[in-house]
Formats: sequence, structure tokens, C-alpha cells
Amino acid sequence: MTEEKPLTLEERGKAEDAVRKGLEHPEVPTLFDVQEMELNFGPQHPSTHGVLRLVLKVDGEKILEAKPDVGYLHRGTEKLFETETYPMGIPHTDRMDYVAAATNNHAFCLTIEKLLGVEIPRRAQLIRVMLDELQRLASHLVWLGTSGIDLGAVTPFWYAFREREQILDFFEEYCGARLTLNCMRIGGLPFDLTPGWVERVAEFVDDLPARIDDYEQLLTDNRIWKKRTVGIGVISGEECIERGLTGPILRGSGIEWDLRRAQPYECYEELDFAIPTRVNGDTYDRYIVRVQEMRQSARILRQCVEKLQPGEIRGKVPRVIKPPAEEVYASIESPKGELGFYCVSNGTNRPYRMHCRPPSFINLQALPRLAKGHLISDLVALIGTIDIVLGEVDR
Amino acid sequence: MSEEKPPPPPATPAPGGQEKPRETPRKLEAADASGHPWVESLRSGVPDSVVSAKEFARQVTVVVKREKIAEVARHLKEKEAFRYCVDVTAVDWKKREPRFDVVYHFYSFSKNDRIRVKCGVADGGEVPSIAPVFLAADWSERETFDMFGIRFTGHPDLRRILTWEGFHGYPLRKDFPVEGIDTGAAVYPEEWPEGLGPSPDDPNRKVVS
Repeated sequence: MTEEKPLTLEERGKAEDAVRKGLEHPEVPTLFDVQEMELNFGPQHPSTHGVLRLVLKVDGEKILEAKPDVGYLHRGTEKLFETETYPMGIPHTDRMDYVAAATNNHAFCLTIEKLLGVEIPRRAQLIRVMLDELQRLASHLVWLGTSGIDLGAVTPFWYAFREREQILDFFEEYCGARLTLNCMRIGGLPFDLTPGWVERVAEFVDDLPARIDDYEQLLTDNRIWKKRTVGIGVISGEECIERGLTGPILRGSGIEWDLRRAQPYECYEELDFAIPTRVNGDTYDRYIVRVQEMRQSARILRQCVEKLQPGEIRGKVPRVIKPPAEEVYASIESPKGELGFYCVSNGTNRPYRMHCRPPSFINLQALPRLAKGHLISDLVALIGTIDIVLGEVDR
Repeated sequence: MSEEKPPPPPATPAPGGQEKPRETPRKLEAADASGHPWVESLRSGVPDSVVSAKEFARQVTVVVKREKIAEVARHLKEKEAFRYCVDVTAVDWKKREPRFDVVYHFYSFSKNDRIRVKCGVADGGEVPSIAPVFLAADWSERETFDMFGIRFTGHPDLRRILTWEGFHGYPLRKDFPVEGIDTGAAVYPEEWPEGLGPSPDDPNRKVVS
């Protein structure tokens, strides 16, 4: 180490100026080096919504590069599917996107129904749609609450979780579970609805728009919320397609694409709902899209309540499910985007290969692109806006 | 609430209800799709690429040659408007030659339809990466490499993604045990640099069963 002589006041001022201007000043020793630094963000960070680790290359607060490191929650779900019979795979799907278990069950069952060529009774279709939409509401409410908290808006969390609690009560009443629902079966549903369930859902749904107004009153025109979200993580629609982004991210960038409309499954084609889109493709627009989607879900639920007729809840499915030795891909619009399953059968009662196309995993891919050039505090907003669930990313 | 029982569903659907009479499930069968316009387009656009094509449950599957896959992907994207790469994965056929199928799904917004493209690859073989064509395929290819050990040439950053660096084995291969393997080697690479873990007679060896 060379001996450092104390700087005079003048030298000190010059050095500070040099640093401030970002100039090279060879004669004057700099007080502190401005240099790239590597920073670990997570896996035990509350804003990463699970166990996501990001290796950040930062210049001060500015992110030069963000490298996601996933896999902390990898449980080999796809391997487990192969070892068990078709119906035994359904509970595993609950544990992928664990804030939206019903949609996972749905996508899994739909794939195998497609392979078998089974028709689902109308009542089962409607109940499935209702469970899906309730789950979408629950998932968006979790998103609203937690991403609000990440950005310092604590109050919406309490409101959002109040409503989510009611939805979980509906699930509990229907199938006994609140989180890992296991609420669908290949060819239909495990149970019929309990008496009064539909009326209670209708009551909840009628009340919901006013409650969404409450959340919007807290956030939509809130100056701080807008400062934290407008212009953060802008991505164009074209780039979304290029990067495979689906769900509210795609719709927030101006592309009106929703699998419920594009390739309708169950009875979505006869339900009247709008696909909310926005054009700017920033975090604020994705927030608006999700909130509008909640309103549309309420609309869909209301229509289902009116259309629901007594009837069967299970299609004609053999006792032992042995699909033909073929392959099939089916996907649904989960709260996060396109959730698909690719199933290869070899004619036995177990899938030869069952692959999940998780929306969170593919959407998370875009995080380095979104985060580049933003500040670390914006990274928190971006993780929130992608709406990842690490159970689904890692499987 | 044991006294509350759901009412039994009525035997006949309510009059005026929209219950349609259900057809008996028909057996689905795969059909040859070599005359499909997309397959024809591939044949003319990328000569000597298509091996076979079939259609099952209104889904078209095209088997192409391994070395042509990047060209096929580019052709589908640019000429046939399959702009969205949904997914990349693989299937291990264990005893078949070539051992693996790499499976790609593409979606076209204008056609509102999907196409499945497959190519066979042997154990230790390499597949041209489509990540330069579709950015979306980046992580999916990494996952396929991680789970099956299929290498993608031309991939910008082919590393393990779900398991960790230094993990030994490819979990979704059929010969990988479901109960897992001893991963001591990966946790202590300085002690067992081979990545194989302690030898079977080592007292430190933990048997996972």
C-alpha cells in the first residue's frame, strides 16, 4: 500500500467534482471509485415472492444486468407425473402455481380429456368456469396486495386479502381445501355444489365491483403509485410475442389475445366478457389490465350463476384411464398467462411424458430485459408486475 | 354440517335447459398430414427437411431432420407467421434410436393455430438452437438441456437452470431414479471434484432410497 497523504480542501473539491461529472481526472486522486458491483438479490428477500435469486450487476443504484437464478423449489413434478396414474397427477398440479390451483387442475384435466376425446357435461363446464374465475380473482387479489406492499402501499393488501379470504371460503365449502384444491377430475368434477353456494357466490360477485372501486380509489390515481409504476419496465407488444410473454403482460402491451377468446375451452365462447388491453406496456398498464380483468371475471361469474342448471357433473370416462398412444397439447388462460400441458401417452395408465408449459417461467425470462437501466427499487416493482409464482417457475 | 346434503341431480335435464344430448365418446385416431399446407410449405421452403407428418385431435405434428430444425423454425416464423414459440421440451424414448425427441410448439396469431415440430436426437447428440430465432426458446432450451442432457449448438448461454451448477445427471431421463441421487458431490465439489460423490465404500456416502 502506498502512503496516502491527506487531501487539501481544494483537492477534495476537485475530486468530488470529477466524480460527479464522471470525468477521468488523472492528477487528482478520486475519493471513491465508481465501479460495477455484483449484488445478490434474494433468494431470501421478501419482495421476490418466494425463492428467486437475482445476481445484479449494479452501478450504484442502477441495474446494468440482472441474472435470475431459479430452481430453488424444483421438486421434479414432471418426473412424478410419469410415475403415477393419470388421476394421481392432479394433486401435483396444485403445488405448481399454488395461488391458482384450480386453473392448474383444469389445464391438466383438459389435456387428458383431449387425449381421450371426452365431452364434459354442461353443468361441469359451468362449474369449472366458475372455479377458474374465482381462482383468477384470488390470484389477482394476491398479486394486487403483495405488489402493492412491495411498493409501499400497505392498505390495499388488507382489502385484497379480505376478499380473497371469502373466495377461499367458497373453495373450502366446495372441496374442503383452501389452497391446494384438487377440485377437478378427468372428465368432470369430484363433487356437486353444496346448497346455497351459488347464491353466496352471486352475492359476493354483485358486491365485488364496488370493492374493486375501493382498491382503485387507493391506487389508480395515487400520485406515489403512479410515480413508481408509470414508465417502468416498458415492453412493446411485438417484443412480448418474440419473448413468449402471455397473460396480462401481453395485454398490457396492446395485444388483445386471451386464450379464453382465441381458442375457447369449456363454454367460454357463449359467455360475454371483454378483454381489457392497454397500449403503453408499462407496470401501471399491467396493473390496470389486471384490475379490469377482475371486473370481467365478476361479469363471467354472474353469467355462470344465471346459466347454471341441474345436471350431471361427470362425463363418460372409463374407470381406468388408458388413453391411446398419442400426444397432445392443451392450454388454458391461467391468471398468469398461457398454461399448457403436453402429454405423451404410450397406451398404459400412466403418462409416458407430461410436460408443463408454465407461464411464470417463460414470463420471468423477460425480467433481465425489463430491469436493465432501472433502479433497484424498480426491480421490486418489476418482479411484482410479472406476477411470478416460484412453485410454477421451478416445478 | 352433516345434515345438509346436496340434492341428488334430477335424472332428466330440466325442460328448457341447454343440456345437449351427449355423443358417445368416439375413439380418436391419428391421420396422415403430409398433404397439409404447412407441411407442403415446409417441404418447398426448407428442402429435404420433413420426415413425416400426422394429425391427431386437430393438432399437426411434423417430424423434421435434426440438422434442419433452426431453418424450419425460421421458415415457420417468417413465411408461415408462427411468431410465438410456445414451448420447447423433449421426450426420452430410452431404447429407441435416436433416443430423444425434441418437441417444439409454435403458435400463429393470424392463423390462431398451433403446430408441433419434432426432431430425433441421439444420446450425446446436438441440436441446432432456435434461441437466435425465437428469444422465447432460451430458457426452455436450457431446461431441456438440464433435464435431458441434450446440447443445443448456438445457444447463447447453455447452462443448467433448474438444478444447480455441478449437479450430476439428467433428472427427466428414464434411467434417472425417481427417488433422486446422492448430491454430496455437488455440494462439496472441492472434496469430490469428479461430480460423482463419495465412492460406495466411503462412510460419508449417504444412500437415498
